[in-house]
Amino acid sequence: MDKLINDFSFGLFFWQILLFVGLLLLLRKFAWKPILEAVNNREEGIKNALESAESARKEMQNLQADNERILNEARAERDGMLKEAKQLKENIIADAKAEAQTEADKIVAQAQATIESEKKAAIADLKSQVAGISVEIAEKVVRKELDNKDKQLELVESMLGDVTLN
Amino acid sequence: MQNRTVVRILLIFALVFTTANLSAKESEKEGNGDLKTEIKEFIDHHLQDSHDFTLFSDKEANKHYGFPLPVILWDNGVKVFSSSKFHHGETVAEVDGNFYKLYHSKIYKTDAAGTINYDDHHHATNAKPLDFSITKNVVSMLLIGLLMFFMFSRLAKSYKKNNGIPTGVGRFLEPLVLFVRDDIAIPNIGEKKYKKYMSFLLTTFFFIWLLNLLGMTPLAVNVTGNIAVTLGLALLTFLITNFTANKNYWGHIFWMPGVPTFMKIVLAPIELLGIFIKPFSLMIRLYANMTAGHVVLMSIVGLIFIFKSWIGSPLSFGLAFALSILELLVAALQAYIFTMLSALYFGMANEEAHH
Repeated sequence: MDKLINDFSFGLFFWQILLFVGLLLLLRKFAWKPILEAVNNREEGIKNALESAESARKEMQNLQADNERILNEARAERDGMLKEAKQLKENIIADAKAEAQTEADKIVAQAQATIESEKKAAIADLKSQVAGISVEIAEKVVRKELDNKDKQLELVESMLGDVTLN
Repeated sequence: MQNRTVVRILLIFALVFTTANLSAKESEKEGNGDLKTEIKEFIDHHLQDSHDFTLFSDKEANKHYGFPLPVILWDNGVKVFSSSKFHHGETVAEVDGNFYKLYHSKIYKTDAAGTINYDDHHHATNAKPLDFSITKNVVSMLLIGLLMFFMFSRLAKSYKKNNGIPTGVGRFLEPLVLFVRDDIAIPNIGEKKYKKYMSFLLTTFFFIWLLNLLGMTPLAVNVTGNIAVTLGLALLTFLITNFTANKNYWGHIFWMPGVPTFMKIVLAPIELLGIFIKPFSLMIRLYANMTAGHVVLMSIVGLIFIFKSWIGSPLSFGLAFALSILELLVAALQAYIFTMLSALYFGMANEEAHH
């Protein structure tokens, strides 16, 4: 301790404090503040960059999810549309079939009706013709048999026997 | 970059051992007993501050190589003169009718003949004028200060030029600055309040470290092993701690919360003493570590010349080499410890109540 006190130099102490404080103040202004600020700014910049990269990544993910969703929706819609179209097609076919059937039925019915009426007309015609023929025959027979009464009767009878009414 | 650092370290070692050689040449032709006292004196002289910057001396021709430094005395007015007037303590310097003599690195006021009076303990009793000389240590601190200013202001400028990225030496310095911030200041003081202490912590760390390293060079300066310098540094830590302390800190000293009243009264003086012991330990730790390092290293270097044998000298050389490496580590370690503990004290002064 005695040696320490003996070694102590007030002058050196004075200069040390003066130099150190001077150095501290100078360095604070010209070195430490700008250095720490620059480092801080850089670190802040890195932090921000990392954060924005992270948010960009998230956004990208969202976008991808969105795309996927939209794609799925589109696909579902397409499927729905296809199904609907198929349904529609089937309906149309079925409708067409049904219509065709009724139309055909109607035509057939009409045809039948026509045939029936034609048949009736034909029969009527035939009847009138037969009546005509019968009258003619009767005329001829009458003409021929009028002279021979017995023969006339015989002829009428034989002719009537030949003609069958249908 | 790494290779260069290695080369630099080797260069420093080479220089250290060259000085050792120079000191040996001074006393080669003297007897072995004389050599021992000579080495002891050399070490003593090296540990102390000096009024001139002597690089080496040639005792035989009684020549000193170096340069004188200005002496500034306060003795009823400022007296400024060159230390060359003392002729390394051999002559009395006469300034304005006053006579001064250099004795054991201190300046005493004497008569024209340069008589030094002693007391019973062989201490000089002559009057000592207030000595504000620019000594070797002051010059060393000035050089380190300039170096630091040059290095770090350049680093600061390089950020502006290079878009926030350091260039050149800055790439080596920036991690050190960040080390002080991230491993010393923030863990000890806390994220919120560390900023106002950064200037002091950074300046202290680099100042002590560079001066420690300068002590390892053959310039043979021992600034951080000087009690006045470590007192100055510790005093600043003490002042900053106590002037920035909050209520909680003083509460813990004078009225310790959470203990019985009787204990509060007992603890107060102990805690009060602690305020002074903390910086005092800082002062002694740095002083003792650096001084001891220098003494041991120089003694072992001295052994090389005492042994003068094929076994002893290489052995001492190896030991000195290993110790030099250790001292390089100690240089950084002591700077770290001083800064770390300062930060710890600042942290204590800023601790918030958590009871």
